[in-house]
Amino acid sequence: MRTDGAPVGRRVVLGMVGLGAIGVVTGRWLSAGEQRALGYIGNRDPTGLTQLVPAGGGFRYYSVTGPVPKRTAADYQLTVSGMIDRPVTLSMAGLAQLPQTAITADFQCVTGWRVPDVHWAGVALPDLLEHVGVRPGASAVRFGSFDGQYTESLTLDQARRRDVLVATRMLGGPVSNDHGGPVRLYVAPMYGYKSIKWLDRIELTDQVTPGYWEQLGYDVDAWVGRSNGRDDEPTH
Amino acid sequence: MSRRTSRAGTLERFTQAERWVHRGTAVLLGACLATAAILYFGPLAVLVGRRALVVRVHVLAGLGLPVPALAGWLSAAFRADVRELNRFHPVDGEWLRSRDRRSGRLKVGKFNAGQKLNAAFTVGAIIVMLGTGVIMQYGQHWPLYLRTGATFVHDWLSAAVGVVVLGHLYFAYHDREARRGMRTGQVPASWAQREHRGWAEAVRREG
Repeated sequence: MRTDGAPVGRRVVLGMVGLGAIGVVTGRWLSAGEQRALGYIGNRDPTGLTQLVPAGGGFRYYSVTGPVPKRTAADYQLTVSGMIDRPVTLSMAGLAQLPQTAITADFQCVTGWRVPDVHWAGVALPDLLEHVGVRPGASAVRFGSFDGQYTESLTLDQARRRDVLVATRMLGGPVSNDHGGPVRLYVAPMYGYKSIKWLDRIELTDQVTPGYWEQLGYDVDAWVGRSNGRDDEPTH
Repeated sequence: MSRRTSRAGTLERFTQAERWVHRGTAVLLGACLATAAILYFGPLAVLVGRRALVVRVHVLAGLGLPVPALAGWLSAAFRADVRELNRFHPVDGEWLRSRDRRSGRLKVGKFNAGQKLNAAFTVGAIIVMLGTGVIMQYGQHWPLYLRTGATFVHDWLSAAVGVVVLGHLYFAYHDREARRGMRTGQVPASWAQREHRGWAEAVRREG
């Protein structure tokens, strides 16, 4: 048996481990550049090819359940209940009759990807709360999804920020099913998991209930750059 | 009749242990790639969803990935293969450069240079993916820039692994005897003489 010959295999392995280590240390800058370049294109790429680039731009689809039932603008209903004066069920038309607010801000996921300059429009949550009349004693808002699983919560103070939207439009069109449509929440100052998709229930309560991912360890107060051990730039 | 030329016209290429290492690694790496595709590729994510469960399967398959090869270390035949895969001989350089590498002219050993590079890449990839994956999954207390860097490396190397695995499957698809060798352990002597002449002749000499 020959045992001579150059140990090329070992060199390849050690080389890869070395490159990997360099990549881990410098990847922060490389990936920031990549996201800047691809984030813009990703939102406007009808072919979906940027999806094939690792860590490529645009939104990624996250769902915690299997296929999500589709609701159209025609059969959509948002139930607002709990510690309020006027419990109400709103259709898309009902939402459209409330004051409309638009925001352009980034979407930052806690896993690191970020989509710059996303245009959102819908009803600012404080306007909706005003419409239903919050009762004294209420101190938190709980959100539910028609995916059957996902939940989220905000404190009443957080929910009264003007950059928290019950979004009916994003990226210049209706919110698509993949993006959580026809109606989702957009909590601009917080990580993406607060922006519950397929929103169909809002309930005023007297305490914050940790949401789906928060029960799996993520921070309940999910301020971008000031939670989950991350230091991302603010979204707007 | 010797052990390694057990049946007329065939040579023993892989023992039970070597085949199980290959099978185990294939299943775990396949699970990693399939779940990775679901986590990263939009249309598949839309189809499957269930993110927490898919992440769990991905992490468990990834953590298990080195186990078959480590267990294989108990087998002398597997250890001999690893030594053989590690070492490059002049014929390996010639094999990479030549255009008639499958003519049987070159005295290729048990593994050709492409197989050696594939094996080395796979080992390197498993180590790097495991390291970066552990930082991503369990590194909550590591500095953020290292977690971002680990994610970056993990993402790009996963694409490279996908391409290399597809290449591996392509070559296997086009070589029935090689597949048979991995499935049954036996290969036709004529195939060995053509594809791995150096090895075939050594087996017969030792036989």
